[in-house]
Order: sequence, then C-alpha cells, then structure tokens
Amino acid sequence: MSWETERLEKAKQIIEMYPQKRSALGPLLYLAQDKDGYISNESIVEISGLIGITEVQVQSVASFYSMYKQEPTGKFLLSVCKSISCEISNSSDVINSVKNFTGLSNNETDDENFFTYESVECIGACGGAPAIQVNYETVEGLTPDKAVDLCKWLKEEEPEIVVADELQDKFGGVKSFDWAIADNNGATSPVPGFQTYDTSKEKK
Amino acid sequence: MKETLLLTKHMRENPEDSHSLKSYEKNGGYESVKKVLKSGTPEEVLQEIKDSNIRGRGGAGFPTGVKWGFLAEDEERYLVINGDESEPGTFKDRILLERDPHQLIEGMIITCFAANISKAFIYIRGEYAKPARRVQSAIEEAYEKGYLGKNIFGSSMNLDIVVHLGAGAYICGEETALLNSLEGRRGEPRLKPPFFPAVKGLYNKPTLVNNVETISSVPWIMSNSGKDYSSLGVEGSTGTRIFSLSGHINNPGNYEIEMGSSFGEFVDTLGKGVKNKAIKAYIPGGASAPWLRGDQLDVKMTIDDVANEGSMLGSGAVVMMDEDTNLVLAAKSLVSFFAHESCGQCTPCREGTTWLENILERVASGRGRLSDIDLLLDVCDNISPGLTWPPKMTTICPLGPSATASIVSLMKDFRSEVEVLLPKKVVIG
Ligand SMILES: Cc1cc2nc3c(=O)[nH]c(=O)nc-3n(C[C@H](O)[C@H](O)[C@H](O)COP(=O)(O)O)c2cc1C
Ligand code: SF4
Ligand code: FES
Repeated sequence: MSWETERLEKAKQIIEMYPQKRSALGPLLYLAQDKDGYISNESIVEISGLIGITEVQVQSVASFYSMYKQEPTGKFLLSVCKSISCEISNSSDVINSVKNFTGLSNNETDDENFFTYESVECIGACGGAPAIQVNYETVEGLTPDKAVDLCKWLKEEEPEIVVADELQDKFGGVKSFDWAIADNNGATSPVPGFQTYDTSKEKK
Repeated sequence: MKETLLLTKHMRENPEDSHSLKSYEKNGGYESVKKVLKSGTPEEVLQEIKDSNIRGRGGAGFPTGVKWGFLAEDEERYLVINGDESEPGTFKDRILLERDPHQLIEGMIITCFAANISKAFIYIRGEYAKPARRVQSAIEEAYEKGYLGKNIFGSSMNLDIVVHLGAGAYICGEETALLNSLEGRRGEPRLKPPFFPAVKGLYNKPTLVNNVETISSVPWIMSNSGKDYSSLGVEGSTGTRIFSLSGHINNPGNYEIEMGSSFGEFVDTLGKGVKNKAIKAYIPGGASAPWLRGDQLDVKMTIDDVANEGSMLGSGAVVMMDEDTNLVLAAKSLVSFFAHESCGQCTPCREGTTWLENILERVASGRGRLSDIDLLLDVCDNISPGLTWPPKMTTICPLGPSATASIVSLMKDFRSEVEVLLPKKVVIG
C-alpha cells in the first residue's frame, strides 16, 4: 500500500529541511517504520521515488542501521541493554526474565505481534544499570521482577503511548541522573517518539 | 572534593524547568550571544576559545580553537553537533540535551557566528528519543523568539538548526561516519585524508564537527573569558568536564569537576565508594579505553596523566569493577560490543572482532583451548600491530584497534583469571 497523503506531506516537509534530498533518507525510513512496524518493500519504492535514489540504495542504507527493522515488529519493542555497565550489574538476569516471560529469543516477535525482544548495546543509561527501553523510552534501575511487572503491565494496559517517565515511576529504580520534571510525551509505535517533522526552517 | 558547576549549574538549581527558554533566560541565558552579536567579532570569539584551551569532549581531545582555525574558506560551511553518544558507560551528553538544550543552542549560535555558518545540524542517536524531543522543542521556542531563523536577535545573522536522529549505529559517532549518515548513506567512516571534515565534510563542504559538551561550554567561556576557563583544571586539561560514573559504585551519576584530582578521590567522595568492596579494575574513559587496575586509583583525571598510564580519558565514562567482577565476562561484553558495531569495511576489524568474540565466548563457557590466550593476542596483534596504546592502525578508523583494549588489559594484568578457565597443561614424558 502506498503512503497516504498526510505521510507524503510530512515526507515533503522533511525533505525541505535539508540542503540535499538524500539527507532525508534516515527520517523517511522512520516514517516508513511508523507506518508498518518495519521497512516494507512498498515504502522502499515510495522513498526511492521521493528522494531520487534507487531502491537498492534505500535498502542498502536501511539494512545498515539496527533501528530500521527488516521484519514486522510487535506493538512493543523491548530492548534490554547488555553492554558493560549493565553486564556487571546483572543485566543477564533481567534479560532472562524478559525472555522467559515473553517466550522470545533475541530479535523475535510473538505470534500476536505484541512483543518484540532484543538485547542491545549501551543505551546511555549506565548510571541506572541495568536498563531497558520500550519503544525507545528508557527505564533505569530495573530488577528481574520489575522487568516482568513491566511486561505484564504492557500486556494488560496496552498503552497507546509509551512514556519514559511513567514507566520509570512504576517500574524503575536507580537513575543515571535526576530526570527532574516529567515529560508526558512518548512513543506511539516502535520508532522513537520524536516529531521532527512539524518544525522547519521557515518557522519564525 | 567538590564539583565545579559551569555547564550543569543552571539545571541543578532549576530542576523544574531548566530545559525551558524561560528558565534559561531568567538565569542569564542568551546574554552571551547577545553581547557577541552586538559588539563582538568572529576573530574575538575564536581568540577566546583558543585562550580557554578547551579540548574536544567527544573522546579525541583535540583542541577546539585549533579545529575552528582549520575550517577552510567556502561560501557554504556547516556545523554538526555530535550527539551520537554511544560509547558504553557514557551518559553525559544525554543530560545536557535533556536538561539544558538552550545552552547548546546558544553555544551553536556563537560558534556559527565565529565560523560564518548559517546551517547547523544536531545529530542525536536514535535511542535518545526524549532528549531529542527536548532539543526539538527548545529549537521551536528559539525560532518563535527570533533567536533562530533570519536576522536573529535583530542582527544580520541567519541560522537554521535541524535535529537529525541516528538509527542505532555506534560507528556514527565517528565524525566522518556521522557525516555519511547525515547525507543519507551507510554510516561508514571515510578515509582521512582527504576527508578531514574541516576541509571536506558534509556534502564535501568545510564542516565543524563538535561534541555536545564542547559546544555547551561556549556560552560560559564567552560570558566569562577564555582565560577564566583556562584557570580551571590543570594545564592541558583546562576547565570542567562531566564524568559519567557507573558500575559497582554507591552513587552513580554525572559529575562536573575540574580535571586534576585522582580517580580514587573522585570515587570515594562524589561516588561515595564501592559497596564495601575493593576495586579490581576500572575503565577510565569509555569502552574503548584500556583498563586500569584497582591499585592505580591515584592516577590523576587528566587527559595526559591517563595517557601516561597507557589508557585514555576518552569520553569521560568511568566504570568501576569490584573484586567480585568476572573480568572474562566483562571483556566479552566489551568485545561483543565492538564486533556488533564494526561497520565491516576493514577486514582486520570485521573478522578480527568477530573472532575475538567467538574465542572469548568459548573460554568463558569453559570450552577454551590451551592455545586461546596466544590466539586472542595474535588476533589483536593483527588488528593493531604491537598492541601499544594509542594503538597502531591497520584500519580506516580507530574502532577496530579499540576492540583490543580490554583483551590486552585482561592478559596483561589479570591473565590468571583466563588461565583457570582453560584445561590444564599436559606434561608429556
Ligand atoms: C568509533 C568512534 C566513536 C565515536 N563516538 C563519538 C560520540 O559518540 N560522540 C562524540 O562527540 N564523538 C565521538 N567520537 C569522536 C568524533 O569522531 C569526533 O572526534 C568528535 O565528535 C569531535 O568533537 P570534539 O572535538 O568536540 O570532541 C567517536 C570516534 C570514534 C572513532
Ligand atoms: S575499523 Fe571497523 S568500524 Fe572502523 S571503518 Fe574499519 S571496519 Fe569500520
Ligand atoms: S551499559 Fe547499559 S545503558 Fe550503558
């Protein structure tokens, strides 16, 4: 299915922010993933037309980056850190508890397309190790039990929007630093909840 | 030992809303840039930065004034802020982006004034969604006030800033890979020469690439002076630095301190010590840095002192490992990181890191071979001949050579921890 008008409109705004069209490729791939939960062939065709590079070039870039998914992702992407500060703070226990609860191994999605599990490299939350991200919203100071509580809560609540501050309050512990005032923005899909797209250079 | 707050003062004192324009201005924000735009010249700004002796905070520690001085002439030049922060152990740029984005924006405006640049980018790693949102809304606030866009602050200067999200590739922190990524390409480092960003950067135009913390320091330097800044810290490591402290530590966090005190003092006072245990080893400057031993805690936290010990202050990430740490697993985690993040262009890095990971994996799980120690060192030697630090390069960028750091540390100072995992030597005859 090709992109709807609104998405195309956003794409054009993004392209205009850059001196050269091709620079928009990264953000456009996020738009694609926001639509389907992965980079579909239809989106590749669409993007290739929008910025004037070949489909193979789009695919080659998409496959380079781990946040552009080649296969459908569940509604909630669970990314547990396994890098050094987390590793020495028993992240492997958190990893095991999440894997056990979801029944998933690395980079797998469940049959209901609900959870995708992945273990990832440092997410910049080392002071609050071990840490996890849910749709790129960070939770710090996790325990194996809290990690399971978090998964259960997602299952029961199915929140439309995932907000780091809310998850941290409910399931987190030690933080890397004082987060101060809460952000009530978050992610609505397994892509970073970040809207570049309504500001552009014209704005005064 | 106390902190010296320059960059983190405003956020500390205004926890409720330090990220907002209102709070930033109420506390003297944007005064620096106003002064510069009204009565300063680009030459004067450059001179202050040179006088400050500030060295880049992204890891390489290159003198910022010198870098700005290298920027080639061209009608089209760019500033790119490196907010890719992905070096395991590091979370200092995150706090600057999240809690004081206007300080960065003000620093960018001053930098662009000094370098005659009208288009700038902030490249933020994709996983930093919340910091990116904070920066984006700060930019919107600045546009609304006329601090960005055309004729900013009523001057003749124009400046547009775009936030660009990365997508999960550590290598994009390397500046030339970052530029490729920003151009919509695979994040593969470019060969230097000819691709020094200051000469051939974004779209092959002269480009300044600077770290978030480096440019966030600019407003303080300009509202005080380069000399004031250089009077803090020690020679060669002037000013303050934000250290990210993590691992086995009672009080982890970001601490802004003048460089020059010892790691031990830092850990004991600000870090409140290591959970009743001795420190076996620590990483003084991020995953790429060789480890120091627990009996080396009197090393001073300066770029040169750490270099003299055969490691580096790098990204300012200090990771403490106590006496119970399984260092083989620690090394395996570090090596897996590099294996996963290798961009794959250079054979020694691509193949070498994968082999190191596989061999360590089998050693850690008790399936190691007697020859594995030599094999590990041999693979390291093929990635970086001589196993020196700073490492010799066989590759396009330093990622591959950095992967050897933890293994060399392990073999040099903690070899017995590997040996016990290996089968006993069979004596023949
Ligand atoms: C593998 C690799 C990763 C890097 N990652 C980062 C990073 O995440 N952030 C950063 O500012 N610099 C990083 N750097 C250093 C940059 O290449 C560059 O030196 C720096 O952004 C320059 O800014 P500065 O002079 O203000 O430090 C990395 C370098 C290498 C080789
Ligand atoms: S050293 Fe590794 S990461 Fe760096 S360019 Fe070569 S293959 Fe890529
Ligand atoms: S090591 Fe896990 S968040 Fe940095």
